[in-house]
Amino acid sequence: VSTLVLAEHEGGMVKQSSLSAVAAASAVNKEKSVTVLLGGSGLALHKAASHAASCHPSVSQVLVADADILVHPLAETWAELVNLVQHQGNYSHIITTSNSFGKNVLPRAAALLDVSPVTDVVEISEPHLFIRPIYAGNALCTIRYAGKGPCMMTIRSTSFTLPSCSTETKSDEAPISQVDLSSFDEGSIPKSRWLKLVSQESERPDLGNARIVVTGGRGLKSAENFKLLEKLAEKLGAAVGATRAAVDAGFVPNDLQVGQTGKIVAPELYMAFGVSGAIQHLAGMRDSKVIVAVNKDADAPIFQVADYGLVADLFEVIPELIEKLPDKK
Amino acid sequence: MKVMVAVKRVVDYAVKIRVKPDKSGVETSNVKMSMNPFCEIALEEALRIREAGAAAEVVAVSVGPAQCVDTLRTALAMGADRAVHVDVGAAPVLPLSVAKILKALVQVEQPGLLILGKQAIDDDCNQTGQMVAGLLRWPQGTFASKVVLDKEKQEATVEREVDGGIETLSLDLPAVITTDLRLNQPRYATLPNIMKAKSKVIKKVTPADLNVELKPDLEVVQVTEPPKRKAGVIVSSVDELIDKLKNEAHIL
Repeated sequence: VSTLVLAEHEGGMVKQSSLSAVAAASAVNKEKSVTVLLGGSGLALHKAASHAASCHPSVSQVLVADADILVHPLAETWAELVNLVQHQGNYSHIITTSNSFGKNVLPRAAALLDVSPVTDVVEISEPHLFIRPIYAGNALCTIRYAGKGPCMMTIRSTSFTLPSCSTETKSDEAPISQVDLSSFDEGSIPKSRWLKLVSQESERPDLGNARIVVTGGRGLKSAENFKLLEKLAEKLGAAVGATRAAVDAGFVPNDLQVGQTGKIVAPELYMAFGVSGAIQHLAGMRDSKVIVAVNKDADAPIFQVADYGLVADLFEVIPELIEKLPDKK
Repeated sequence: MKVMVAVKRVVDYAVKIRVKPDKSGVETSNVKMSMNPFCEIALEEALRIREAGAAAEVVAVSVGPAQCVDTLRTALAMGADRAVHVDVGAAPVLPLSVAKILKALVQVEQPGLLILGKQAIDDDCNQTGQMVAGLLRWPQGTFASKVVLDKEKQEATVEREVDGGIETLSLDLPAVITTDLRLNQPRYATLPNIMKAKSKVIKKVTPADLNVELKPDLEVVQVTEPPKRKAGVIVSSVDELIDKLKNEAHIL
């Protein structure tokens, strides 16, 4: 038995979030037989493949699907690729990260393979027994896969420890092979075209992987005031997040949203400013190690989950923090 | 063109849910039930497409127990022209089976667009739209925050909320679209429309009528409450906060 991990890459490296899927795969399967599947084309793909080959001791094979139609993460093409690779390799499990890529592709691939997938896995108890949150994290559901086909799942990257990349053990590198795409019939793939991606370039760490996250809610009052929060983030080397209320009010773009319908984060330190603590927001950050809340309203629900609460005006607290916090190393 | 919309009956978003003492699931009896909020957005989008003249008819579909008729009445009161209830009995049905049922209904109704919510707020699966698109071999635009239809070219341009920002795709019709929160603001059903909806037709079918076999390949073993966080402390000043973070939490 072996496990297939559907991985993403960027700048010649396997994405951090995909490395969590490799960690989850090695938890399913102790026999060190994890196959990492990468798609795309050109030099970046092949650099990422050699990164994948040495990223974790449990990786026994790297599969590279080199085709121009795989450069953009279109679900139609990727689901066909997973279907093809599964028929060639007959894996016991297919795992990917529960992000916008994984959530888009994996259920479609599962339907092609006639399998019920398990999304948002936070714990793998046995090879076919998983825990996943339901009702926005207000309950935990233990679920068993009882089907005959491959067991397919998306995992929350915040729940699986990232493997450390060892670069010195060159001898442990897994072999890299090309996926045979000769039977890949592009003509039969439903037609969708990738037009563009509009993103905010930022020097700050990625929200999903940051060690510290500072979040602003409706209490920030304006887009202008978020700059204050950004200054604090720079001082801490933190990522900036926002509540749905702040995004809906147009203070910041949607990709900063933390919550049930936004990003799920679990940093070492989560600092919430002017955040009331709606259930759907708590669902996105309740697994953070240390939570700090600053709010004028002493009754705000956020204080019920905060390790350290400060009832005060955030417009006084943030400048004081910027002044008094030690510089990041 | 016809637009089909799938709507799910779920525990109302404002209800504080309770896990059953026997851990078999979440308490749903004597609890307020409503249309899943993402499905309301899906229906609203379909209605706007019809009102813009790009579609002639909006058909609402719900897969679930007998009480789904109430959810479909709401859909009709919001403005759907017709409704189909697929009665699967009281037991929960997995997204794969729902996708197979929707595929069968699509083959009967032949819509040019199938719109669904991106996920239901009960099981949070976020699967059905992607799965039915795969089964139909239709293109998919998931997590849509903007949809523009081009009737001439038979294309939909969809802006999607992805991790890195906003992605834009162009899909050949027919296609499946799943809705994110910011796509639109759903309308409320007015009293006259609620009255009118009472006389609209809700067709009832069963999975057997559609030749769909339900596949229970996942079993719920138990449902439990998440671990509670320990109560924290209220600090009185920024200095105290920094001190705690440094010397107690050892995080700075």
